[in-house]
Amino acid sequence: MASVPSPLEPGPNTISGQKGLRIPFFILLVRKSVRLLLTMLLIPTVVFFVLRVIPGDPALVVAGFDAPPEVVEDLKVKLGTNHPPLIQYEEWILSLAQLDFGTSLISNEPVLKLILERFPLTLSLAVAGMLCALLIAIPLGVMSAVRRWTLWDYGGMVFSQIGISLPSFWLGIILLLIFAVKYPIFPLFGGDSPWHLVLPSIALGINRGAVLLRLVRTAMIEELGKEYIITARSKGLPELAVRYRHALRNALLPVLTIAGIQFGYMLGGAIVLEQIFSLPGLGRLILSAVFQRDFPVIQGGTLFIAAVFSLVNFLVDLLYSLVNPRIRVG
Amino acid sequence: MRIRIRRKRQKIQKLFLFTSTVYLCFLLFAAFGSSYLAPHSPTIQDLNHRLLPPLTEGRILGTDDLGRDIWSRIVYGTRPLLIIGTISVGIALAGGLLMGILAGAMGGIVDSFIMLLMDGILSFPTVLLAITVVSVLGYGLGQVTVALGIVFIPVFARLVRAETKSRLTEGYVESSRALGTSFPMILLRHVLPNMMPDIIAQSTVTFALVVVIEASLSFLGLGTQPPEPSWGLMLKESRNFLYQAPWMAIFPGVALAATVFSFNYLGDYLSEQLNPIR
Repeated sequence: MASVPSPLEPGPNTISGQKGLRIPFFILLVRKSVRLLLTMLLIPTVVFFVLRVIPGDPALVVAGFDAPPEVVEDLKVKLGTNHPPLIQYEEWILSLAQLDFGTSLISNEPVLKLILERFPLTLSLAVAGMLCALLIAIPLGVMSAVRRWTLWDYGGMVFSQIGISLPSFWLGIILLLIFAVKYPIFPLFGGDSPWHLVLPSIALGINRGAVLLRLVRTAMIEELGKEYIITARSKGLPELAVRYRHALRNALLPVLTIAGIQFGYMLGGAIVLEQIFSLPGLGRLILSAVFQRDFPVIQGGTLFIAAVFSLVNFLVDLLYSLVNPRIRVG
Repeated sequence: MRIRIRRKRQKIQKLFLFTSTVYLCFLLFAAFGSSYLAPHSPTIQDLNHRLLPPLTEGRILGTDDLGRDIWSRIVYGTRPLLIIGTISVGIALAGGLLMGILAGAMGGIVDSFIMLLMDGILSFPTVLLAITVVSVLGYGLGQVTVALGIVFIPVFARLVRAETKSRLTEGYVESSRALGTSFPMILLRHVLPNMMPDIIAQSTVTFALVVVIEASLSFLGLGTQPPEPSWGLMLKESRNFLYQAPWMAIFPGVALAATVFSFNYLGDYLSEQLNPIR
């Protein structure tokens, strides 16, 4: 029997109602890489502006305004701020290109070494937090979408509204209060076993999970209303397969992109949570550097986190266009 | 059944809206009339009444490790909170309007340059950038206010730029230009009023963010300095007394969460109401 095109099935060009030129993945890769490179140049520029131009001379900030002039001169040479700003900028970018982040004023160790020692903990905290957020958002979001306008849905709505409002650092304290003080299941102070990451990642995850929940719900409702779902149903596919193999897969695409962007906020949130849970991560390194006026460490740490943040966004962007060719239109 | 539940949802939304509005009115009242609401001084220490649990000896929410009344500290904490929020959002809004209108109206190199700068700022986690700015400006309330204002400029700049661009291409603007209206007048009469709803909604949501980040910075010891009352600072002080005085950690956080909730909810509501098309 000759196949008759179903009126319910979308034609080749009707996806999202857009007709466009598909760009080969390679060109897209080049384009996004150029953009990443530009951002990577931009980040040190912002840091340079904030840390060296706003305060006048960082040597004065480090030494204190009433320090004797010879100490300040000494520091200027050490920090490289005895040159005019443009030359400083040039020198700094060149040393960054060689991955030279300078040496700490306190411990005299290379800043990059200090950062790389602390970074794994911060990264694992952010990843665990993101995992937690997805574990909350996806099941609850799907339930809200599938059982729209039921108790599930409105429970999800209340949860997300409240979850968004809970500052993660306060949530951290409350979790400590319940699960370390009242019922001592988890340790009160830091360490580096995975056990120590449980509470902080929940604290990070609930807040972001509440944001993602809404997204999952909206995306899922949108997908479930599309024509291919009707086709799949009329083919006689079981409802579970329609929901999870068809709709959820497509709904997750935008969600994962936003999750990627949220990852940067996770890094920021991790800085504060490390302080609450006494975890020796990058956040504590930067914070103690702020208190000790260890200028190169503040500079290097900020730069490093921003670079990781941009890199993650780049990768997510790339991954998204790889798995979803519809995006590759120019 | 479904209709009933949908009504229930609307009821919940109304309840949320009502609670948020009432709470924000309370905040305003507490900020202007702190002395009417607070029975004790927020800063004077009373070591004979240290770590009193809630509802003892006339202390509704108990006292902290220095014998200061927690309720009074929360009430007095509203003033710096609202001041920081208002000024920071004001700085961000002013900067964002300037940058956004410049970028949107001039286009070309100016546009690319400004947006590149804004993207540069956006490529830092907000808390981190605020910490960095505070590290050079010095710790304290004023510095944090400026830092947060700067950090949120790009959010407004992007919004204003997009709005400016789209408004300037609309028919009524072109007719107005054809009638000989000057460019600044077009901005003032047509572009700005039309973007007000989005700006108001965005400001409300940004206010909530500013409040949280200010509390985080005070918690880290970079914002409000002791003995001034600040919710973030109170949470920082509570960290060492989790065993003896859990109430020190609970109440300031509840106040903070309620503030964030109210501003967020109001922001959502405003953007829904002021933008009926969406």
